[in-house]
Amino acid sequence: MLLRLEPRKSISRTYQYLSPVLALLLTLLAGLLVFLFMGHPPIKALHAFFIAPISHSYGVSELLVKASPLILIALGLAMGFRANVWNIGAEGQLVLGAIFGSILPIYFSDSSNPLMLPAMLLLGFIGGMLWAAIPAFLKIKFNTNEILTSLMLTYVAALILSLLVHGPWRDPGGFNFPESVIFPDAATLPVIWSGTRAHLGIVFVVIIALAVWWLLSRGLAGFKIRVFGEAPQAAQYAGFKQSSMIRFTLLLGGGLAGLAGVMEVAGPIGQLQPSVSPGYGFTAIIVAFLGRLHPVGIIFAGLILALSYLGGENIQIAMGLPKGIAGVFQGMLLFFLLGCDVLTRYRIRFFSEAGQST
Amino acid sequence: MKLKQLTVKFVLASLLSVFFIGAQAQQDKVKVGFVYVGPVGDHGWTYQHDQGRQAIENALGDKAETTYVESVAEGQDAERVIRQLASTGHDLIFTTSFGFMNPTIKVAKQFPDVKFEHATGYKRADNVSTYAARFYEGRYIIGRIAGQMTESNVIGYIASFPIPEVVRGINSFTLGLRSVNPDAQVKVVWVNSWFDPGKESDAAKTLIDQGADILTQHTDSPAPLQVAEERGIMGFGQASDMHQFAPTAQLTSIVDDWNNYYVARAQAVLDGTWESGDTWDGLAQGMVIMSPYADSLPAEVKADAQQTEASLTSGELHAFKGPIKNQAGEVMVPEGENASDEMLLGMDWYVEGVDGKLPN
Repeated sequence: MLLRLEPRKSISRTYQYLSPVLALLLTLLAGLLVFLFMGHPPIKALHAFFIAPISHSYGVSELLVKASPLILIALGLAMGFRANVWNIGAEGQLVLGAIFGSILPIYFSDSSNPLMLPAMLLLGFIGGMLWAAIPAFLKIKFNTNEILTSLMLTYVAALILSLLVHGPWRDPGGFNFPESVIFPDAATLPVIWSGTRAHLGIVFVVIIALAVWWLLSRGLAGFKIRVFGEAPQAAQYAGFKQSSMIRFTLLLGGGLAGLAGVMEVAGPIGQLQPSVSPGYGFTAIIVAFLGRLHPVGIIFAGLILALSYLGGENIQIAMGLPKGIAGVFQGMLLFFLLGCDVLTRYRIRFFSEAGQST
Repeated sequence: MKLKQLTVKFVLASLLSVFFIGAQAQQDKVKVGFVYVGPVGDHGWTYQHDQGRQAIENALGDKAETTYVESVAEGQDAERVIRQLASTGHDLIFTTSFGFMNPTIKVAKQFPDVKFEHATGYKRADNVSTYAARFYEGRYIIGRIAGQMTESNVIGYIASFPIPEVVRGINSFTLGLRSVNPDAQVKVVWVNSWFDPGKESDAAKTLIDQGADILTQHTDSPAPLQVAEERGIMGFGQASDMHQFAPTAQLTSIVDDWNNYYVARAQAVLDGTWESGDTWDGLAQGMVIMSPYADSLPAEVKADAQQTEASLTSGELHAFKGPIKNQAGEVMVPEGENASDEMLLGMDWYVEGVDGKLPN
């Protein structure tokens, strides 16, 4: 018997939006089975993973802190992905944003100028944008593959950061250890929820999500993005320039990743360190797709992915289970999402050896 | 008379209550949390800390309960994990990587009743102690062994980050090496990671291709030793005894033994005698241990290693004994003196005999 995937004639819109929800339910179900087979009480484990981390207000604040960079980066990536521009290097753009944003607090570490923070955020945005400008330039001029160039620049970015914090940007009073001075108050995002680490950046993320939503649904740029993504030839006929589309989506995506980077160092971290992100730039790719490349979906997806990190920590503390659990859940979620998507677009047909449809 | 009796009674009562409050500081049970930078299965740094955690459970039995969180990133995550341990009833929390220093200090301020122990850092508080081991003593010994065993006179050194602890290790190794073989050189490759088996083995291969016939490492996985085993050259284990990964290649290993320290600190919390402090112990206190010297070593090399180990342990020999010159040939430590702890803690220069420049 043979198996073949056949494209469906009409794709159900309901299922397109339902598929992430379905994937989430399947992940929970599979998680239940995994815990059962491992010999752990499954309900207790799922509770420790998904409920306990956000069952208190501090946990909720941490969820927001963890989700905000993911959402911010995914918003930028989604615009590119919709237009078939594949920026895989958001991690590097984030790092450059963190570096650019740290220039002021490192060189003016005793300043209390209220303009410092806005200037840092702007610099962070520019830093990410400049880093994304390299693959954009190469793509437009030489038609290089932006997947490769943006990804490879991630490693370059990590080395630049390493060079700076091990060298000229070390804290002079820090015994040569590789980290910058702790940023002054004027260079730190104010906490908006006292007693937690929830900072002003979270508000920015919500505003930016609304702006991206508006841009995609109402703005001309959003219309162009959609046309390029869904019917590239129509876009050509309409006289939309592909190069300006590549430039726009890559630069904006890079800028938002850079902003996420500076908000990490000016927010929860509070200084420049050799590692400023545990791979947010890559996780954000999952967030973008899980959220259907839609701003509202991305917010939910960002919260779910963030929860999987908190859950992974909590289950180690509460039940002594290994950290790998978080990875297993993230993997299952992506697997089921892809599976559901395939089945939404295609149907499975079985053929006998003779080639007859059964 | 009555008044006097009352006064006596009052004084006695208050004395008793003071005693009682003092006694209350003693606890029946201690809950200890650990924050690890790598996976417990790294067979190196984190593995040894986890051995220490298990030692607490074995030594204190019902009186101790331990928890750990592994592979915690040194960014915004660390503070959350430490805080979560502090807010879930842990009395004593060990944060076992340098990058956890500022988060540890921040959380400690919010939880003055919880005791914290931070490995390899320099910031302390009333409820934050620091501790580290003088691994460099072991590196002097393996340097001497390498100096006698090498034929190519090129030693490959796989290093993590150019922080003083690692630079100190490279220097100590080189001093040991050149005390027996002044022609030998050390080539360093930085992998910018504490634990990355792929990068570590790539670095090992590169160094071998550049003529190294002995490898040593300041990274946590057994990967470089496995490469040494495959290529038929020699090497040294790191942090734990890596004999099982490279039965022929490993000549000895510098083992971190946190067990005694961890048990003692947990016991101190139980007794109510825990105090903030800074501990930097080495061979003499058993925090650094040399795993058995390989049988393949010639008898005189083995004897020399044992002799060196004994004199470092007794304090008769210091790994950083003058004269010590930097790469430019300037005398950094004059003859007849030893490098001060202060100099060792802030070390950011190479001694003579290291090939290449310190990335700065």
